[in-house]
Amino acid sequence: MSDVHVPAQPKRSLGGWLLIAVPYVWLLIFFLAPFLIVFKISLSQVAVAIPPYVPTFDLAEGWNGIWDSVSEFSFENYVWLTEDDLYWKSYLSSVVIAAISTLLTLIIGYPIAYGMARSPQSLRPTLLMLVILPFWTSFLIRVYAWIGILKNEGLLNQLLLTLGVINEPLVIMNTNIAVFIGIVYSYLPFLVLPLYASLERLDGSLLEAAEDLGCPPWKAFWKITVPLSLPGVIAGCFLVFIPAVGEFVIPDLLGGSNTLMIGKTLWVEFFNNRDWPVSSAVAVILLMILVVPIVLFQNQQQKMSEREG
Amino acid sequence: MTRGPTWFNITSLVAGFSFLYLPILLLVIYSFNESRLVTVWGGFSTKWYASLLQNDQLLDAAWVTLRVAFASATLATIIGTIAALVLVRSGRFVGRSLFSGMIFAPLVMPEVILGLSLLLLFVAMDYSRGFWTVMLAHTTFASCYVAVVVQSRLVGFDKSIEEAAEDLGCPPVKTFFLITLPIILPGVIAGWMLAFTLSLDDLVIASFTTGPGATTLPMKIYSQVRLGVTPEINAVCTILVVLVTMGVIAASIATKRQQVQKERDERAAFGAEG
Repeated sequence: MSDVHVPAQPKRSLGGWLLIAVPYVWLLIFFLAPFLIVFKISLSQVAVAIPPYVPTFDLAEGWNGIWDSVSEFSFENYVWLTEDDLYWKSYLSSVVIAAISTLLTLIIGYPIAYGMARSPQSLRPTLLMLVILPFWTSFLIRVYAWIGILKNEGLLNQLLLTLGVINEPLVIMNTNIAVFIGIVYSYLPFLVLPLYASLERLDGSLLEAAEDLGCPPWKAFWKITVPLSLPGVIAGCFLVFIPAVGEFVIPDLLGGSNTLMIGKTLWVEFFNNRDWPVSSAVAVILLMILVVPIVLFQNQQQKMSEREG
Repeated sequence: MTRGPTWFNITSLVAGFSFLYLPILLLVIYSFNESRLVTVWGGFSTKWYASLLQNDQLLDAAWVTLRVAFASATLATIIGTIAALVLVRSGRFVGRSLFSGMIFAPLVMPEVILGLSLLLLFVAMDYSRGFWTVMLAHTTFASCYVAVVVQSRLVGFDKSIEEAAEDLGCPPVKTFFLITLPIILPGVIAGWMLAFTLSLDDLVIASFTTGPGATTLPMKIYSQVRLGVTPEINAVCTILVVLVTMGVIAASIATKRQQVQKERDERAAFGAEG
């Protein structure tokens, strides 16, 4: 929402304030405060205790107690993250895998969104519904469905062997290729929807004018359609890229032991090694990596809603 | 765009939708497979559905999941709708950009971060983990989705009807329930359904925030998938897919019927005037 559309309200009733307070306080407690706690624990040390870290705050000891705890904070976990190359390799490979997957999703998603926008008006709601429906069905199920297809003795290999295209099964399962397929498949609707929205709004008379002036269709596509669909492309790419960087289920179920992704590293650190402080530090760094794209995404959303409003 | 589709458009649509639907279709087909081997077709059978009914652990997990989804979707719809009203109607207030930031950030935030941070909050609050913590966690991220869905409905809303009611002395709360809510209702229902399926579906956040006795269905499915693909899981998945598909189709038909009714009413009203 832009400030232009925001009505100025000098007087606000008690009810008005209460209305703001309910969601605001909820999000402060359950969204913002937890991040501060994650940051705090990332400065703590692992311990064999419940909860498994020291120091813990003890409010009964008053300010002195809190100060004692704060003085025990250390950046040791962050130093540890730089020393073990598992972590920076995981961050790097997560960003690379997410970027490649986003590009693949765009290459596959653009023709779909374009085809939807070019289809007859009466058909569009149905097509839109068909894109949204897989998004409603379980993420886990959709990833699981690919295991049966991609396995060495899976349906894809059986089909290709029967057709005689290949002589021995392709090894796709437990490789990065399977992870790419999983991410593209799971996130495709996120890219197609905003892209379709901006393609549908595109004024067809611009293309007709270009054609009348002798512009070949492919050139008109590059000079008119692509630039005008750019807001949709950007929004869609953010919606794929940002969550894909921290993805856990896809690399865990489809990827192999050498598929390094930070979401999986964090999960293992937390559930298998039970090292809460180090997994908190991993989360803090991940958040710092994602802060720039998240802010860019929000600004873009704001711009888009301004244009609509 | 006005021009008709070319063969390229049609091909890309057919290929795209086959890519989206074929895996789910295969999963459904193989849930009726006689053979235990998921990739060998051994004839039609419904025995995996029958064996599901005897799997108490799975049924328990399904029951927990449904309760969590129902409670969190309902709470998230209330909070999300209020948040959407605040975003669109409340004008400027201190910390407005922080507020809208907190609405949009969870949409793209990796689930591992949300899960870990909420778990650490519950530990810090010394709150015993289980049904309620999963429910609160799901409510939090689902309410942001609800807010976005309802907000888009509120933006294209004719405010003059509300103003007319208030000018005629209708108190704000009554105006909301008599005028605003019925108009944004399709958005609110869509928001509830989205929140419900998000909760039904979630593995990562539930795994972090759950405690003893509150194993959800996705957690159960996940632990079995790690052991290998079985037709029994295919059967569970098929049931979930069918339920969700029916729900979505029913909701869209209901919305459409409501719209047609509204148009008919409007036409009748204008007809009476003329």
